[in-house]
Amino acid sequence: MKSKKIIPIIFFYFFIISNSYSIEADVFVQSTVNRASKILSENLSKEEKINQLKLIAEKTVDISAIGFYTLGSARKNLNIEQKEKYSILFREYFLKSFSSRLSEYTNPEIDVLSKEVLSENYTIVNSLLKGTSERPEVKIDWRVYTKNKENPLIRDLIIEGLSLARTQKEEFSSILNSNNNNINFLFKTLEEFSEN
Amino acid sequence: MIKKIAIILFTTFTLIVNVNAGTDGELILKKNQPSEVKDCFEKINRITFAFNQTLDGVIFQPAASLYRKLPSPAKVGVGNSLENISHLLTIPNNILQGDFKQAGVNTGRFIINTTIGILGIFDIAQYLGLTNYEKEDYGQSLAKLGVGPGCYVVLPVLGPSTIRDTMGSTLNFLGGDPWYNVTVGKDTQYLKNSDYYFSKGASGIDFRAKNYDSIENLEKNSLDFYASVKSLYLQDRQQKILNSRKIINTQDDSDWEEINQ
Repeated sequence: MKSKKIIPIIFFYFFIISNSYSIEADVFVQSTVNRASKILSENLSKEEKINQLKLIAEKTVDISAIGFYTLGSARKNLNIEQKEKYSILFREYFLKSFSSRLSEYTNPEIDVLSKEVLSENYTIVNSLLKGTSERPEVKIDWRVYTKNKENPLIRDLIIEGLSLARTQKEEFSSILNSNNNNINFLFKTLEEFSEN
Repeated sequence: MIKKIAIILFTTFTLIVNVNAGTDGELILKKNQPSEVKDCFEKINRITFAFNQTLDGVIFQPAASLYRKLPSPAKVGVGNSLENISHLLTIPNNILQGDFKQAGVNTGRFIINTTIGILGIFDIAQYLGLTNYEKEDYGQSLAKLGVGPGCYVVLPVLGPSTIRDTMGSTLNFLGGDPWYNVTVGKDTQYLKNSDYYFSKGASGIDFRAKNYDSIENLEKNSLDFYASVKSLYLQDRQQKILNSRKIINTQDDSDWEEINQ
């Protein structure tokens, strides 16, 4: 009799615990966007804005996975050392490129509209960047990796249906194809971008 | 005479292709995957791309920069008016693609906006429920008929294209574009050649102005700007052919899944 009571209590307890820390993908995106918008609208120098945006990106974007996705089939030919080197270089490149792109916007207003669960691992969150007198409104979809419910991560931004990860993948592929698939050339290009 | 030959050739060609083509969405999707489109003329394309960038820096970028300074209602009016003209090309392509309902909607949009909307300056049709306008062209119609994209090409001034899309654009000048016919083709005495070229130039500047920051940003942050533009163009065409803005309809997720393993 006693055990019958205990089991539902334990079940209920674990149910509460397992759900209390999970973050819905759309809430996660809206909160990330709000944090970035706040930084962009503050009276900070461009360098300060970039540094703060980098901190947000490090916590909310799955940079490592994007890096290996971007590398395409070339990732299969890398040894462990090359993979480590690539991860470091890609992280530097990504953070610089990402924060530089965002820092150009002042006070962007993004509204999360809906979400579409693709699988256990992925949810697409649909949002709208409000138009201004200088540019029309822009649809932005976010591919969120949701395997770890407590720590969802952004893996792609799809602007008006155009995937940034896919564009970057084809850009890297072009660099490799033009240089006999020599990964060292890609490393050099990434280094040069981060240094400039 | 040339027009007649072109129309006969096009009709024969599309009929032949239609017989052989697998027209289901999956086949069209596969054929138009950006990664499947070969860059057969890369060296020449890169030279043309560099030329176009110079031209952009001298003409389009400064013009777009000035255009952006116009008051918002003026820019919206110009944009609407140019979009209204594009209906003339979209409607025959709706019909070619078998989308008769959309052809009717777009014809209604064109008539209402040209008359009540004062030559298309005001998009009155959207308030009457005729919304969701999507441009169509002969490149998209050929793709729907099963024609593959062929190689990627960069055209002087006009920019990124494919062999199929270039063929599609050629049809505009062979009687396929009513706007071309009534201006350059002199089917009427009321419009001039310059009206056609002015509208095309204005479309280019309007596009450049609407995407001003995105293009500048992309150029600044790209490792290979040529490859980025090529990828974006091919992704955009793939979506337009499928009439879909959903990434899940056009992107193969297997690469992402492989990353998770």
